[in-house]
This record gives sequence, C-alpha cells and structure tokens, in this order.
Amino acid sequence: MSRTADLVIVGAGPAGMAAAVTARRHQLDVLVVDEQAAPGGQIWRDVEAVSCKPQAAFLGNAYHEGLAAVGRFRASGATYEPNTKVWQVEAGPRAFLTRDGAASSVKARSMLLATGAQERPVPFPGWTLPGVMTVGAAQIMLKTSGQVPVEPVWIAANGPLALLYAAQLLKMGGRIAGFLDTTPAIDVSATIPKLAAAAFAAPGDLLKGLGWIVNLRRHVPYIRHVARIEAFGTDRLERFRYETASGVAATVDAHLLLVHEGVVPSIHPTLSLGCVHNWLGGQDCFAPALDAWGETSEAGIFVAGDGGGIGGAAVASLRGEIAGLRIAARAGRISAVEAQAAAQPIRSRLKRALTARSFLDAFYRPRASIFVPADETIACRCEEVSVASIRAQAAIGRPGPNQIKASTRAGMGPCQGRQCSYTIASVLADAEGRQVPDIGLYRVRPPLKPLTLDELASLDDVGCPT
Amino acid sequence: MPDVSEAAIDTIVIGGGLHGLSASLHLARAGRRVVVLERSWVGRHASSSSAAGVRTLNRDLAELPISLESQDMWHNIEAIVGSDCGFRAYGQVNVAEHPKHVAVLEKRLALTRAAGYTHEELIDRAELTRLIPAISSHCVAALIVRTDGAADPHLTLRAFRRSAESAGVTIHEGYGVTAIERVGSDWQVHADGRSFVAPTVVNAAGAWAGDIAAMLGDDIPLGHKASMMIVTERIAPLLKPVVSVVGRPLSFKQSDQGTLVIGGGLQGSADIQAQKSFVDFSELAKGARAATDLFPSVGPLRIVRTWAGMEGKTDDHLPVVGPSPTASGVYHAFGFSGHGFQLVPVVGAILADLIVHGGTNRCIEALSADRLMARRPAA
Ligand SMILES: Cc1cc2nc3c(=O)[nH]c(=O)nc-3n(C[C@H](O)[C@H](O)[C@H](O)COP(=O)(O)OP(=O)(O)OC[C@H]3O[C@@H](n4cnc5c(N)ncnc54)[C@H](O)[C@@H]3O)c2cc1C
Repeated sequence: MSRTADLVIVGAGPAGMAAAVTARRHQLDVLVVDEQAAPGGQIWRDVEAVSCKPQAAFLGNAYHEGLAAVGRFRASGATYEPNTKVWQVEAGPRAFLTRDGAASSVKARSMLLATGAQERPVPFPGWTLPGVMTVGAAQIMLKTSGQVPVEPVWIAANGPLALLYAAQLLKMGGRIAGFLDTTPAIDVSATIPKLAAAAFAAPGDLLKGLGWIVNLRRHVPYIRHVARIEAFGTDRLERFRYETASGVAATVDAHLLLVHEGVVPSIHPTLSLGCVHNWLGGQDCFAPALDAWGETSEAGIFVAGDGGGIGGAAVASLRGEIAGLRIAARAGRISAVEAQAAAQPIRSRLKRALTARSFLDAFYRPRASIFVPADETIACRCEEVSVASIRAQAAIGRPGPNQIKASTRAGMGPCQGRQCSYTIASVLADAEGRQVPDIGLYRVRPPLKPLTLDELASLDDVGCPT
Repeated sequence: MPDVSEAAIDTIVIGGGLHGLSASLHLARAGRRVVVLERSWVGRHASSSSAAGVRTLNRDLAELPISLESQDMWHNIEAIVGSDCGFRAYGQVNVAEHPKHVAVLEKRLALTRAAGYTHEELIDRAELTRLIPAISSHCVAALIVRTDGAADPHLTLRAFRRSAESAGVTIHEGYGVTAIERVGSDWQVHADGRSFVAPTVVNAAGAWAGDIAAMLGDDIPLGHKASMMIVTERIAPLLKPVVSVVGRPLSFKQSDQGTLVIGGGLQGSADIQAQKSFVDFSELAKGARAATDLFPSVGPLRIVRTWAGMEGKTDDHLPVVGPSPTASGVYHAFGFSGHGFQLVPVVGAILADLIVHGGTNRCIEALSADRLMARRPAA
C-alpha cells in the first residue's frame, strides 16, 4: 500500500506534536507515526495512561504538562499511527514503515524527523555484562509499568536525567545503594558566566536540579567525581570497582548498576539521507545542519527537537512550531511573510529557552574515558570488538570508520553502529592524532530499524507515485 | 612534475579493488615494480560489497574456461595469498520451483555437456532435500556444481592486499586519477596533485573504468549495475550451499558468522559520478519474497543491513580483459557485470602473462575490448 500526505512526521514527542498542531492549524494533511503505543515521546511516555495510575503522583509537574500537549495533538486532526516503525527515509521525501507486520510507503511534500535523542553509550570495562543497564531504560520501566527494582540499585551517572530518575525512584519506594556522580570537576572560570546566564534565563530549572541533589545526598551514599568504573562477573554483573579523580577506590557487590552520560541527537535518519551534518563541540556530537526553520540540506526534509541538537522538551516544542510554519508555507497555505511574522514571537521564546543550555552542556560534559575507553573495553557490543583491536587496525594506514567496519566487523551488528560509532571515531582520532569531526561516522546502511524478511516481503507499493 | 621517488616504477594499476590487487600481486611476483592508485580506499566499491559467490555454475561459455581455472585457484587459494579467504566449497545450487523450470536446467546441462564440460550435475528433489533440508518442499530439482561455493569478501581483500604489499606493491589510497597523458613511450598519470610515470597502465577502475579508458584513448561503452544485498541477524546453521532459483532474483547463503546473505542481482540505483548508490526497497521486496518462499522458516528473521554496490556492466555481460586495441602499454580488466569475484585469481594471472610475456595461452578472445567498440554506431 502506498499513500501520500502534505506532511509526514516521524516521532510524536514534544517536537512532532507541536509541528503537527501548527501544520493542522493551516489545514495541511498530516500523518504522524511513532514506534510507541501512545503519543508523548520519551519525556511524556505514555502520559495519558500513566496519568490515571498511582505512579503519576511521583513523576513530577513536567510530566503533567505533557498531558496538555498530548491533548492538543489529539484534537488537532492529524492522522496518528502508533506502533509504527519507520525503517527507511528517502529524498522525495518518502518514508517506509511497518505496522502490524505489514510494510508500506508514504510520499509527502515535506517530512519532519522528530526522532529525538538516544542515550550516549557508556563504555567501560565490563559494561556489556547483563545487570549493567542505562538509566534511560530503567526509567522507561518506571514510567510505563511503575516497576521498581527489588534490590537497592547503584547509579553511576552524570546529568539531570539520572538525578531526576533517582528522585522519582526514591519517591516510589525504590532504594539506591549509592549514587556515583561521574560529573568531572568543573572548570569554574569557564562555567561561571554560562551559569550566570542560565540562572538569569531559567532559574526554576537550576533550582530544581539543585533540589534533587540536596535531597539525594540526604538519603543515599553520594560519591562525587567518580572517574573510573570497571564491572566484573562471569555471566552477569557480580561486582564493580570505582575510583574517584582523587584516587579513592572501592569494590562493591552489585546486581544492578545503572549508568548514564547524557544524550545525543539520534541522527541515523539524517545520516542515511546524506544530509550535511555539523560537529557540535559543546555537546560532543554531530547534528544535522539546519536552517532557521529546521530544514536540512535535503529540500523538504526538516528536523525538530533533540534530533537537531539537545535542547530539551520546551525547545523541541518551539522548534516544532517553527518548522510547522515553514512547512505550511511550502505547501502554499500561508505566505513566506506570514510565516516569518508568526515565527517571530516563537523565536524570542526559543532564544530564552536556550540560554541555560551552554551552561548545562559545559557542566555535564562527560569524562574523557567515556569517549576513549581503556583498551580492554568492548567498543562494539554486537560484534564484541575491543578498543584494543580498533587501535591495532588504526596502526595500519589511517583508516576511517568504514574501513574499520570492513576489517573488524565493528558496527556490522543489529544496532548498526548506534552504540559504537562515536567510540570508534574517538578511538581513531586519538590513535591517529586527528579530530573526531574529521574522522566522521560510519556510512549508515538501511534499514534504520530492524525489519523482518516477512515484513519486507509484504511491501507492495505498486502504483506509488514517484 | 613526476615524483622522483616513483621514477622507477614500471606498471601503474588504476583501481584498488580485487582485480587491481590481483593484477598487481601477479605482476610483482613476476618481478614488476607496481604502484596501485586507489581513489578512496582498497575495496571501497564492488569488492567489499560483493556477495563473494565463487560460482562456475551457469557461467557464460565464453568465460567458462578461465572461470574453471580460477576455480582451481580458489581451491588452492591459501597457497596463493596465505589465507583461505573464508572460501567454503559447499556447492552452488540453481533450484527449479516448477516442473516447467526443470527444462531450463536440462537445456543448460545439455549445452555444457555438448561443449565437453562435466562439472554441472542435475539432481532430483530427494538429493536436493538431503543437501538442503531447510528448502521448501515445492522445489522439484536443481542444477549443482558441488565444488563451487563462496568466500568472505573482507578476508579476501585483506589477503590480496597483504600478499601484494609483501610482494613489493606500493598502494596509494586517496589518489583518484584525473588525467593521463602520453609522454614519449610512457604514460603520465595524474592523481590528486601527484603524478606517476610508467610504460604500462592497468585499468581496473570498476564502475569508473570507462572514464579511465577514455583518458587512455579508448572509447568503450560501459553501463553500470547497482546490485543489492540483504544481511540478516545471526542464526543457528541453516544451510551450507549457495542457493539460486530459476526465473527469480535470488542468491541465498549463510555466512560463517551465521548471518544470511541474500542477493541475486536485484538492482538499486546509482549516481556513478557522485559515487553514491541507493537501495530500492520496492525491488528488494522481491528478493525477500523469493527468500521466504524458498525458506519459509526465515520470514521472522530481522534484516540487519542492506546495500547496493556499484559495478561496471557491458552489453553482453562479459568482462573486458586484455590489451587496449589502440594504445600500447594499456591493459583493461573491468566490466565484470556482477560476477567478477570468482574470476579474481585468474584475471590477475592473465594480465601478468600479457604484460610480462606479451601474450597468454588462456582463452580470452571473447573478452576483448574490440567487440564492444565495434558495436558503437559511427558518430
Ligand atoms: C552486490 C554485489 C554482489 C556481487 N556478487 C558476486 C558474486 O556472488 N560472485 C561474483 O563472482 N561476483 C560478484 N559480484 C561482482 C564482483 O564483486 C566484482 O566483479 C568485483 O569485485 C570487481 O572488482 P574490481 O576490482 O573490478 O572493482 P572494484 O572493487 O569496484 O574496484 C574498482 C576500484 O577502482 C577505483 N577507482 C575508480 N576510479 C578511479 C580513479 N579515477 N582513480 C583511482 N581509482 C579509481 C574505485 O574506487 C574502486 O575501488 C558482485 C558485485 C556486487 C556489487
């Protein structure tokens, strides 16, 4: 089956929903698809259902703001298809999807990729042992099923998401064996001006973060500046060792260690489209190059939300609205001048919402070993390729990521390099005395999401307009 | 300005795919000082994206003699390049799904038998299911070459590269040839700011070999292919031989890693000048349908990656292997049209024969560039 739409939006999080509402306001025919079963994205995951459950009380106000956003989206008249995976995007624009095991394609005048962020992989020796998992994954369980780990958990993390999770977990009766804060000691002179700007722009957010820390330190062992972690166990996590920057070390028994080092834009879709990407030095990641409306280097393909650079929910919504205006103008529903005028006040709000960003980025920058881990660390967990074997290859010529992939199989597994592409780039940069942006990432080979042979076999787009 | 350090070379090989590597290896072993110029990196195009089927089954009779010799070389590949290249001789099987397709197999068998070849064999359903228990029971018969098989393209590239380098070949990666001039009896080859001079040039530039031929003065029409592949997640051992099927686009095998590798010549698209290729999923769906029809148990397997690899294609789907009809010191090896992996060991040996001895006993008349140039209508 093949269809058409004025706008297809991938991702029903804050950015996707806001863009849909804006585009619908200008009568565009909008299709929104999302992998999840309900709208809300990562931050407002399953918010409609959760709002009636006991855990709602513990998830905080921001979660309830989501309920209003989802309500506006539901009322917008956009066609919404949940449980739908987008596994290929093409210039045109055209998207290929599967739902209920059947594949189809949609051709649209414009496409908005609002696919958000993914957790930055946290490689250290032993990180692939079952029992080591990300805070993000644990938070999903908490949000959707109210699942609280039975045993006290260890958390070794950096960044607001982990603090928020810890606060939520404690409120829901969970226990934390210890919180190892991996935030490196900050360079005060560089961060204070950014802090001042942030405090001026968004004092509420900062106070909230401080509040979490104060509360956490009251209830659980809290160790700062943890610089090294190594996990041990035969078939699963049994113990781990940590060491602080000042050399204080300990080994503890543990069955569950949650780790987190911030999030990075999920750029597989734009990489596979061949869009131009920029290196965001402040966030140590790549992001698609976007114009003031969120349009990529590929005509008609837009990005809004964390997929274009980490900004959080408020920024994502505003960018979604701005993209929606330009897309309405592309479809001829409003003039360029009207779009410009309508965008003006949104841009002012966006500017304000972004002020705290550079402080947060500088403050929560991960430690160096997250990028270039110790030699014995597994870099590619799908194919079990160690950092040492990447280094060994780097010694022969000056290979880039694609050659490393061919010679070591790193990046060839089911995750298609989502987990290891930054590690490979950083290790190569380190070994070859180059910079990560010059090394680049693997070429992305479709599908963007695992697709079964049966699903592909079901694809029948005879009669698709091209 | 020619590089002084390169003044001593006698052969420049353009293209660091498997054919460029094999030619350079054989030439270096025959005492030649060889430089390989590769625009991106060794194996970047057809050679690393190949299905790496080592198949004599159903080969055009015109290239069968050299293909059979290449097959012997594959069975001896460790002695040639110091690695088994992941070559497994588990057989190649061409399956008939319908009784009416058996006639196609019989006709092919009669053709090779009449020409005096005995390597192909017709097998019935019982033997087919004995060899491949997982195959759907609707398949009725098959043509098989039991000594055919498949290799691992990455291991093959690594082995040919390492052998060539240890035989003294210099490989320059990141050097794309942009112009070639005649200087006395030599060729001066310009590549990314450097120039290289030698009396002999080998054109092994794959999908771009038509451009290189033109720089050397040969106008050889060359089309292209963008054959697509599917690789699935790893599974327990399912089958050993490589399976293709009459009348449908499919080549189906399991790698040593346990992944299924599915191809069969389904075409994506390519922008050859931009060196970019694109998967066409509407087309690829046909391959998935053929795979799940022949092996119903594989339907739920996850596809991990797909790609389209670029290669040169001639009008008659036979390669161009041999000296230039017009320019002295120029040798071509391209246009393998989707089945050149198997020919890699022998074509390098043929080029070394031609360049070092001025001729070869191997049968390459049908592969001359003339045949294609003559066909071009007069301007
Ligand atoms: C998907 C796919 C599946 C296949 N399956 C099989 C199979 O099962 N069995 C089989 O026998 N064959 C198969 N083939 C065919 C086989 O892989 C090719 O015939 C073979 O690899 C060709 O090798 P090559 O060296 O000629 O070309 P390539 O490997 O493409 O090498 C040509 C090289 O020339 C370089 N180059 C181009 N222009 C320039 C320039 N101006 N300057 C410098 N360098 C330049 C390119 O960068 C490239 O690296 C398949 C091919 C594909 C694409």
